[in-house]
Amino acid sequence: MTTSGVTAVAGADRTRPRGPRRPARPAGTGRRRRLPLRVRLRRDWQLLVMAVPGFVILLVFSYLPIAGNVIAFQDYNPYVGDDPLEAFLRSEWIGFGQFQLLVEDPAFWHAFANTLTITAFQLVFFFPLPIVLAIMLHNLLSSRLRGFIQTVVYLPHFFSWVLVITFFVQMLGGAGLLAQTMRDAGLQPWNIMSNPDTFILLVTAEAVWKDVGWGTIVFLAALSTIDTNLYEAAATDGAGRWRRLWHITLPGLRPVIVLLLILRLGDALSVGFEQFILQRDAVGREAAEVLDTFVYHFSIATGNYGYGAAAGLVKAAIGLCLILAANKVAHKLGERGIYSRP
Amino acid sequence: MSGTAVLKPRPRRGNRPAWEDQPTRAGQLLRAIVLTLLVLGVLFPLWTVLVTSLSSRETIAEAGGFVIVPRGIDTSAYETIFAGGAVTRALWISTQVTVIGTAVALAVTVLAAYSLSRPGSLGYRWLLAYFLLPFLIYPPLVPKYLVVTGLGLKDTIWALILPSAISVFNLVVVRGFFQAIPQELLDSARIDGAGDFRILVRIALPLSKAVVAVIGLFYAVSYWNVWFDALLFIDRNDMYPIQRVLQSYLLAGQAPHTSGATVGTTMPPTEAIKMAVVVLTVAPIVAVYPFVQRHFIKGVLIGAVKG
Repeated sequence: MTTSGVTAVAGADRTRPRGPRRPARPAGTGRRRRLPLRVRLRRDWQLLVMAVPGFVILLVFSYLPIAGNVIAFQDYNPYVGDDPLEAFLRSEWIGFGQFQLLVEDPAFWHAFANTLTITAFQLVFFFPLPIVLAIMLHNLLSSRLRGFIQTVVYLPHFFSWVLVITFFVQMLGGAGLLAQTMRDAGLQPWNIMSNPDTFILLVTAEAVWKDVGWGTIVFLAALSTIDTNLYEAAATDGAGRWRRLWHITLPGLRPVIVLLLILRLGDALSVGFEQFILQRDAVGREAAEVLDTFVYHFSIATGNYGYGAAAGLVKAAIGLCLILAANKVAHKLGERGIYSRP
Repeated sequence: MSGTAVLKPRPRRGNRPAWEDQPTRAGQLLRAIVLTLLVLGVLFPLWTVLVTSLSSRETIAEAGGFVIVPRGIDTSAYETIFAGGAVTRALWISTQVTVIGTAVALAVTVLAAYSLSRPGSLGYRWLLAYFLLPFLIYPPLVPKYLVVTGLGLKDTIWALILPSAISVFNLVVVRGFFQAIPQELLDSARIDGAGDFRILVRIALPLSKAVVAVIGLFYAVSYWNVWFDALLFIDRNDMYPIQRVLQSYLLAGQAPHTSGATVGTTMPPTEAIKMAVVVLTVAPIVAVYPFVQRHFIKGVLIGAVKG
């Protein structure tokens, strides 16, 4: 093969090189690179055709909106044209005017602060729970019981936010089961669903109910790859339950924990969007306005598109920086991160 | 529910190994309490809602709103709903969105995933970057709204289907699966003269049934659950998907801003009807989920890790 540039087997040049799993190519055989475009096109046209539907959908519904962010630099007026494109072409360019307004808008900074507070709170009080639960489940001896519990606790992950909040309203709301029981017992029912002071606890509880089970999957998988011999050796050396947890289990989970932490940090400006939009009016803007709801309420709900786009753009820019920074930290820590250089 | 052990790799089963010390009484008790509360925390609301939806008006009035212990079965709430009206229509719209949407999304995702699973093909690196970049940059809300409106998709089911017809995460998972197929298998088919479409349909897909099932469930659930996109793109009452109707029936007081008047009803829905709407929203998910659940680990994690 190495000496004959042309292979003898008929049709062999129709197979593709294998990428990373291919054994090292002998030096000087850059055969793939030298294939003329026409040949490669004839070989790969079906692959290209396959990519077309996804290509078009991303172009229209991801890339076009990303490019559409430029209306943040306009005084975009949806009524000057018959359709958004015409309105875009006719709207006036105002440079950074929207951003200036935004920076001076206390409501924006309030939403910003709310978002970060909620993220930080959930990082402390939500993030560790799936790890604890996964360790509990992993230590269950009966696989049948474990399977049953997993089946049950994964389920709420598949419920919509409308449904999750419906369940919370039905159980804990003013006309809900808890209030009903308390009234029957002659007590004054608590105000849980619309109390701004405890709202952060409420949204965290909802998030836990929805996703604590689902969050265990990754950790359970990581736990099952830890070598049991390590535990046995440690136990023989006299390490107790907690020392084994500290010195074997947690180090075994470290890569996954770091990865998820980074993903969460990179996503710090997004908290459950639908969750907040649904509850914003019951609880009030003071507690429940986050960046995503701010963008929605100050653009589409009120028709002030340019302003909303500017707010969205600021959020996206900070978010992108956070993701890249978090990933850099991951690489520094020697972890894989969300992407790595090929 | 199938109580299958989800963890395939190395499940702990059988007896406690000899070297492991017996757990303390208190520890065991604590764990039992936590796990029981957790399971009840999920099952109890489902149970109450189901039982209340199947109770007669009198039973509900007697219990004061919610029924925990069933006393006879009364299906009148469901009969009222299925006699026609906003809920039936919304269920039909949501069914259409879910079925068509899942089919479209699976087709788009599987085709793109296969296309991106062959390193060294024409334009591979460019295409890969093109498909992965949206993972880092979300489509911004306002321009997305303008694009969908500008295309005239408003008040059609396509406004709910097309923008989410490809999820980069799902794409990466399926691609990882395709890449794990032994190259020799594909090469031999290729030498026998099979094109990529034929290889995908005859070889790659049959080997990836588990992952397609899981990804299909993910898409189906997200289409069934679509709510915010409907808030943005669906203004006509008679095009509302079920989540919008659920919201206006049960959370209208929660979010007065986002909900208009109750949808197409003259009377306020009774407690049983409200609960029946919840049950009908949950039912498809609960019905499909156990069949796919055992593939979660196999399908998702392996794909994600390899990807």
